[in-house]
Amino acid sequence: MLLLGLAVLAPAQALQVVDDRNVTVTFAQSPQRIVSLLPSLTESVCALEQCQRIVGVDRYSNYPASVRRLPVMGGGLDPNIEGIVALKPDMVLISVSSRASQRLESLGIKVVALEPKSHADVRRVLSVLGVLLEIPPQAGAERLWRVIDTSVSAAAQSMSPKARNTRVYFEVSRGPYAAGESSFIGETLSRLGVENVVPAALGPFPKLNPEFVVRANPDVIMAGNRSMQAMAAYPGWASIKAVREQRICVFGVDESDVVVRPGPRMAEAARIMARCLEDKAR
Amino acid sequence: MSLQQTSQHRRAVVLGSALLLATALLLLLGVSVGSTGFESVRNMLRDPQALQIVWEIRLPRTAGAWLAGALLGLAGAVAQGLFRNPLADPYLLGSASGASLGVAAAMALFGVSPLATHWLARIGLTGAAFIGAVLAVLLTLVLAKGVQHTLRLLLAGVIVGVVLGALSSLILLLTPDIMQAMQSFMLGSTAFVGWTACAVMGVVFAASLVAAWMMSHVLDGLALGESTAQSLGLRLPQMRAALVVVLALATGTAVAQTGLIAFVGLAAPHLVRSVVKTTHGRLIVLSSLMGAVLLMAADILARWLMAPQELPVGVLTAVLGGGYLLWLMHRSSSRGGGM
Repeated sequence: MLLLGLAVLAPAQALQVVDDRNVTVTFAQSPQRIVSLLPSLTESVCALEQCQRIVGVDRYSNYPASVRRLPVMGGGLDPNIEGIVALKPDMVLISVSSRASQRLESLGIKVVALEPKSHADVRRVLSVLGVLLEIPPQAGAERLWRVIDTSVSAAAQSMSPKARNTRVYFEVSRGPYAAGESSFIGETLSRLGVENVVPAALGPFPKLNPEFVVRANPDVIMAGNRSMQAMAAYPGWASIKAVREQRICVFGVDESDVVVRPGPRMAEAARIMARCLEDKAR
Repeated sequence: MSLQQTSQHRRAVVLGSALLLATALLLLLGVSVGSTGFESVRNMLRDPQALQIVWEIRLPRTAGAWLAGALLGLAGAVAQGLFRNPLADPYLLGSASGASLGVAAAMALFGVSPLATHWLARIGLTGAAFIGAVLAVLLTLVLAKGVQHTLRLLLAGVIVGVVLGALSSLILLLTPDIMQAMQSFMLGSTAFVGWTACAVMGVVFAASLVAAWMMSHVLDGLALGESTAQSLGLRLPQMRAALVVVLALATGTAVAQTGLIAFVGLAAPHLVRSVVKTTHGRLIVLSSLMGAVLLMAADILARWLMAPQELPVGVLTAVLGGGYLLWLMHRSSSRGGGM
């Protein structure tokens, strides 16, 4: 109780945020040395034009190009704790699922765990980071979100009615694991106005019976690069309209990163998918 | 003695026919279960799509589950006889970890360079898994300096398994986007089995079954101990090498087509032995049938329980096979009999 009272009484300029673990983290001043252990958080910090504050990243952070020169502190799930401590960060950004947060906190490092999974999360994460980086919302997070949101709408409006009138199956990886309506990818597809053959009721990334897809008979198939799939490899898929008419988009490594990551590049993701739909509509 | 033998013989025949009957019933069930249920079968004659779902997806994967289970059951019986160890399973010579490494490496390399993409697309993940499994077994044989020392072979297999397993975990950690696909390979799936895969498994199964059956007297001899087997005039070295080939080929083929399905190879011979005490010749046949029925049943449940989603079939083989084995074990021990 006393501690809680003290937190309220703390000086007005202290920064306080509640992260995705429901932990309240307080900073005396805005962090200047940041280690980011999740690619989408790295991208978000850089989108808020504070890339220069990042001093270390995880091995999967590869955008923007400037972060590739930074020291790599392992992966989000297997971070190099010693290396992170040696960088003397005043804030570590990490995903909720990583076990490293406890270890880092016990070493006296402030940890903010954020896990963007949906369009709304991207906005929320940007505003939390805006608070931490002390950027006024109208100049930072809010403005950025408006730009992203407008660009997604623009991508949707740029599509011809023919391209919009398609039924899409998005395969995230071999299994087949699909991106359902409730996933980040599914939300982008909904914004573009196309129909996802995998309903929200099945969860974000369900492992489907391949015959479900045959039955759904999508017009266009999209796949991440890693699904290593010549689509005809599933028995019985040769008759699916998208396979028969070669209406399959396989995104390369760079494009996959954009399409799959719930981060500030979601407008670009929408443009990539819109382009695919437009190409395959003909 | 001879009375007991005839009773055991009768039991073996009964078990064999029961398993064949179960196969027939499960085949019918397997054709009717999927994302949409019975209506596909009912509409088969009118709707070409329904016909295709039944004929090109359900039938081959049901048959494929049977064949993969049979291969694993056969390999399990051979492994347990060959190593004279009831805990031996078909993955003992490192084939499972070799196959995973092959698949992980292929998925990680795919799309990285156009050259790799080209030849990987050609051999596919099935090819990569098979090559990985065979290379791992060869590595085990090299490390054990041949097949003559059972213990050395066992240890070499364990070492190869651990090292290759660690390597594929490393690849997985470095390319986390293949994790989901890899997980589904490690838990097994019949989703990729088409008629070609069935044909491959069928041919390998037929060849392995004939070969193993012809060499089953070696396993019977080995059961009496190595020196006794030698004194019986068996040509142990050649026979043992041939059995290792059968084991590797059967396991590698099953793993390549359906992924690492747990427990079928270990449980099938035990399930047979809990019903009937018999020679290795019959054990091999019955264990194949048992593995086949087990995997087929698990596959049908995997497709059914959460349709149109699927459970990994490996989870169900472990639950089904393990549960049944445990039940048999407790039943026989409460009756005072050992397993």
